[in-house]
Amino acid sequence: MKPFSVFSLQHAEDLSQVASFKHSRFLAGGTNLVDLMKHQIERPDHIIDLSGFDEANQITEDDGRVVIGAMVTNTALADYAYKHPRLSLLAQALLAGATVQLRNRASTAGNLLQRTRCYYFYDTSKACNKREPGSGCAAKEGFNRIHAILGTSEHCIATHPSDMATAMVALDARVHICNAAGVRRELPVRELYTLPGDTPHVETQLADDDLITAVSIDTVPRGTHIYQKVRDRSSYAFALVSVACTLRVNEGVIDEVSLALGGVAPRPWHAHQAEACLLGNPPSPELFAQAAEAELKDARSYGGNDYKVPVLRRTLTHVLNQASDHQRAHPSHEGAMYAR
Amino acid sequence: MSSITINQQEYALPSDPRTTLLDFLHQNLQLFGARKGCDHGQCGACTVLVDGERMNACLLLTFQLAGKAVVTIEGVADNDDLHPLQQAFIDNDAFQCGFCTSGQICAGIAAQRELQEQRPSAVWFDAYYTRLEDVKERLSGNLCRCGAYPHIIEAVTSTDSTPEA
Ligand SMILES: Cc1cc2nc3c(=O)[nH]c(=O)nc-3n(C[C@H](O)[C@H](O)[C@H](O)COP(=O)(O)OP(=O)(O)OC[C@H]3O[C@@H](n4cnc5c(N)ncnc54)[C@H](O)[C@@H]3O)c2cc1C
Ligand code: FES
Ligand code: FES
Repeated sequence: MKPFSVFSLQHAEDLSQVASFKHSRFLAGGTNLVDLMKHQIERPDHIIDLSGFDEANQITEDDGRVVIGAMVTNTALADYAYKHPRLSLLAQALLAGATVQLRNRASTAGNLLQRTRCYYFYDTSKACNKREPGSGCAAKEGFNRIHAILGTSEHCIATHPSDMATAMVALDARVHICNAAGVRRELPVRELYTLPGDTPHVETQLADDDLITAVSIDTVPRGTHIYQKVRDRSSYAFALVSVACTLRVNEGVIDEVSLALGGVAPRPWHAHQAEACLLGNPPSPELFAQAAEAELKDARSYGGNDYKVPVLRRTLTHVLNQASDHQRAHPSHEGAMYAR
Repeated sequence: MSSITINQQEYALPSDPRTTLLDFLHQNLQLFGARKGCDHGQCGACTVLVDGERMNACLLLTFQLAGKAVVTIEGVADNDDLHPLQQAFIDNDAFQCGFCTSGQICAGIAAQRELQEQRPSAVWFDAYYTRLEDVKERLSGNLCRCGAYPHIIEAVTSTDSTPEA
């Protein structure tokens, strides 16, 4: 690991005291950043340590708006969301990710900003435009079975690996940000991430001095919540494909639906084309097939990940069928289909 | 606060902020119980308890743990009396080479407490699941190269007193 200086941040206002944000990184749980620093993929000169950022450790609820501090651990958030059926999607996604050991350490903001698991990003002897802009993308012609089928560019086909972020996109969460000048702003998670285009090393809208202070969910979509993850082993593996879905059927038509896809795109993918196809229509397997087709029409695969197109289509239609069947059997049901 | 407590002893934090907790245990304290299987959060052999919560010591930078209390496998027994889960590992023949064992036991101790506290796990969203499946899910963060899993699970379930839901 390259040597670095440490600035200990206690309050968002302390940002103004940070000498330089050039080559700096915020350090939360470190489960991703420390790993990348060991690999020399991240080589920050300055670490802004968030372990004393205690004001960001709370979950508060205000008039239906749930505000999750940036430092709330994945475990604490999963426990909380589990007890609140309307946040079930979040609990399902979090508990499907990583392991208890990692979730005990991982933070809400760090989870959103974790970086891709592309093998070529991790292998410093290979070309990767994310790690080394201009060096090329070894994944396009390489082993690419974990790679993206939506939103890619000729310069990068890496995926965003987070389960939680996929649920956050479905829930239309908002990221609360504070910068060194003390300016606070909010950004929908749906707009947080940029697509690779010809700058795959740029992954979000955030500037170097932008500290995430919290993530909020302003209105929780009603209906049945399902997070379905498809992976190589049934635990402790990243998603190959995942679907986050909330769906409500009222008077015979789908009157609320939100859909996000994980493991298939450079960002947690808001499936707004599928949503548009479903909204206001009576649920049916034919409609669900059309919705999947609408979202997948621009999909492009690279050999190793060809299988993701049919797997995503089937996972998506399966989840929609399950949610609408559950709505039919249990009118005005909210939350998980089954919970202990 | 510039110290860390490990197995009830207080230590000054390492001078180099790059020192992971796992390296600190090995290099500064000669505590080799927590193992370095992968050094990247992918195997669980380095599992320790930080303020009672299990974590991967290989991904923790020690300076971030100022004021925290860490328990490693060396600290789970009560002097000469083994922790009940340590005894259960012996009784159930729950290891072969033993490399993963310290991490498995620390994870198991935490998992039993999480079950007692009714912390949710992924299988709780399944239509049906058994206690065995729940325990397996909770222990998925600890790989065993020798494949001693059936006996490990047996050791953990046989000493788990949480009533079935
Ligand atoms: C073996 C393994 C398996 C895993 N499996 C899964 C899985 O199945 N599903 C899944 O979703 N995840 C998985 N993860 C990833 C894990 O969820 C992330 O590593 C974790 O959520 C990151 O959180 P952290 O607090 O440790 O972030 P850190 O490592 O501390 O930080 C990550 C990034 O976020 C930035 N950051 C952190 N906090 C802030 C802030 N407040 N403001 C601005 N920037 C900030 C950091 O600068 C850094 O760039 C796995 C990880 C490992 C090691
Ligand atoms: S050594 Fe820490 S998880 Fe493998
Ligand atoms: S007993 Fe050998 S690795 Fe588990």
